[in-house]
Amino acid sequence: MAQTPDVGVIRSMAARMRLDIVEMIAEAGSGHPGGSLSAADIVAALYFGVMKHDAARPDWAERDRFVLSKGHAAPVLYSALAESGYIGREHLMTLRKLGSILQGHPDCKKVPGVEVSTGSLGQGLSIANGIGLGLKLDGNPARVFCLLGDGELQEGQVWEAAMFAAHHGVDNLIAIVDHNGLQIDGSCTEVMCLGDVEAKFSVFGWKTISADGHDVEALVSAFKTAEEALGQGVPVVIVCGTTKGKGVSFMEGNAGWHGKAPSVDERERAVAELTAAIEKEAARG
Amino acid sequence: MGNKATRAAFGETLNELVADGYDVVAVEADLSKSTTTVTFQDAHPDRFFNAGIAEANMIDVAAGLAVTGKVAFTGSFAVFATGRAYDQVRNTVCYSDLNVKLAPTHSGITVGPDGGSHQMVEDLALMRVLPGMRVLVPADYNSAKSALRLAAAIPGPFYVRLGRASVPEVYAPDFEMELGRAYVLREGSDVTLFACGVMVVEALQAAESLAAEGISAEVIDIASVKPLDAEMIVASARKTGHVVTCEEHSIIGGMGSAVAELLGETCPVPMRRVGVRDVFGTSGDPDELMAHFGLTASDIVVSARNVLA
Repeated sequence: MAQTPDVGVIRSMAARMRLDIVEMIAEAGSGHPGGSLSAADIVAALYFGVMKHDAARPDWAERDRFVLSKGHAAPVLYSALAESGYIGREHLMTLRKLGSILQGHPDCKKVPGVEVSTGSLGQGLSIANGIGLGLKLDGNPARVFCLLGDGELQEGQVWEAAMFAAHHGVDNLIAIVDHNGLQIDGSCTEVMCLGDVEAKFSVFGWKTISADGHDVEALVSAFKTAEEALGQGVPVVIVCGTTKGKGVSFMEGNAGWHGKAPSVDERERAVAELTAAIEKEAARG
Repeated sequence: MGNKATRAAFGETLNELVADGYDVVAVEADLSKSTTTVTFQDAHPDRFFNAGIAEANMIDVAAGLAVTGKVAFTGSFAVFATGRAYDQVRNTVCYSDLNVKLAPTHSGITVGPDGGSHQMVEDLALMRVLPGMRVLVPADYNSAKSALRLAAAIPGPFYVRLGRASVPEVYAPDFEMELGRAYVLREGSDVTLFACGVMVVEALQAAESLAAEGISAEVIDIASVKPLDAEMIVASARKTGHVVTCEEHSIIGGMGSAVAELLGETCPVPMRRVGVRDVFGTSGDPDELMAHFGLTASDIVVSARNVLA
């Protein structure tokens, strides 16, 4: 894909993905809009700028690998896969329905482009470690990107994986934390305080970078810094400050929208806001 | 006919698999000397990854390696690899249908002095219930080598149950285990003793004792607990009309349960299950524990008489 990420393309893709997310979840009648919307800019940056991949060749050996550790954000991944051409757009409105390839959480046996099934939190970084090591063993230049939620960092296994990545020098791995500060039961600070996420990764031996997870230029620049730091024996994490529910005014910063579908009325309001955002991006050119 | 533990086959067989061209890797959780994966580490340091004392991470690192096309074996003890890391085995390895081979050692009560915390007698139940998981229980060192080779040769998740204690040789070195196949080790007509793992030798001894009493016992090794050799099991039950299952595992959910489920639906016959009777293990020498939990040849003889009475 593009070697120099086009910020405008990423922005428009993110806007379209947000509309997909809301419509898919509304149609499904259940799902996780908050954490899908907070990750939209990050995932758009990865699929439409940063990662080397080719939808026509989902098995291309040198493709960069993506692991959605926060598997409940499946709609953002499905939208990216549809926009990339891995799956037809007609699948999107079948999310969570009987017989759909688009399960509530990503199922690699059903969806081309999904490397591994996720959904049970805390496992993705370990899997990404294994993928990174496997690629290195093969002398494969591909990288592995792993997107984690912040609430997910409460799972102890994440820190087993963090220790492992530094110890084994998994230096083709870029982890990204979607740090939206909210989880099902409330704010992360109230439920189980995460402390300084960057500092935690840092003392585990990682190179850390922080970025505004909704500022596409900042994201692209953070990914560039991260990519340049690869191959030096150290794993890299980008901690992205984000807003849960980003792009839909009444969902933003509200933990209640972690795992709830919009009503008919809410869907209409959200679609109006997101359509306006798409048009704004188009006008921006 | 030397006595060797099934775990002794682990590291050695991984080395042979690499020599045979398999793209094998191993992930261990700080037990490489106990599980013998250290043998593999010594020969192929680049293909061996120690996760430290972190079994959940061990399983998922193996899963990731499998995603990149590796045949990924994991070590550790049965209690940790299946119990502590169950969600990883279920939700990542099996749900993604990955080429991960769990071959933990120290299963069952023959772990001995470490006691109940380390004696895993629920692992077959935990692994057998997972969709896509294949479950092998080798009876001796030679069948353990063959089980590991079989697991490597067939894509997808496998559980190979290995033990700590030395066991007498049952199979020749050239034995080639087949998936879903049971092995008739002794033919008989009055009662069938279905056994697996260390209980195969006990069942063979029991059959010998029963013969002295004029009871003809058939001994069948259920090396493949999942899939079962349904055809052979049903045929033998139909022939003898009486069944005793023998396993170093809880009588709940293991091989005996699998055979009972099968026969209950296809060929109900009087049946007894020799196994650990819904209790945890305890410290002791393996031989003492076999007697303590009622897993010896003489316990099998009693159950056989009982089922025939």
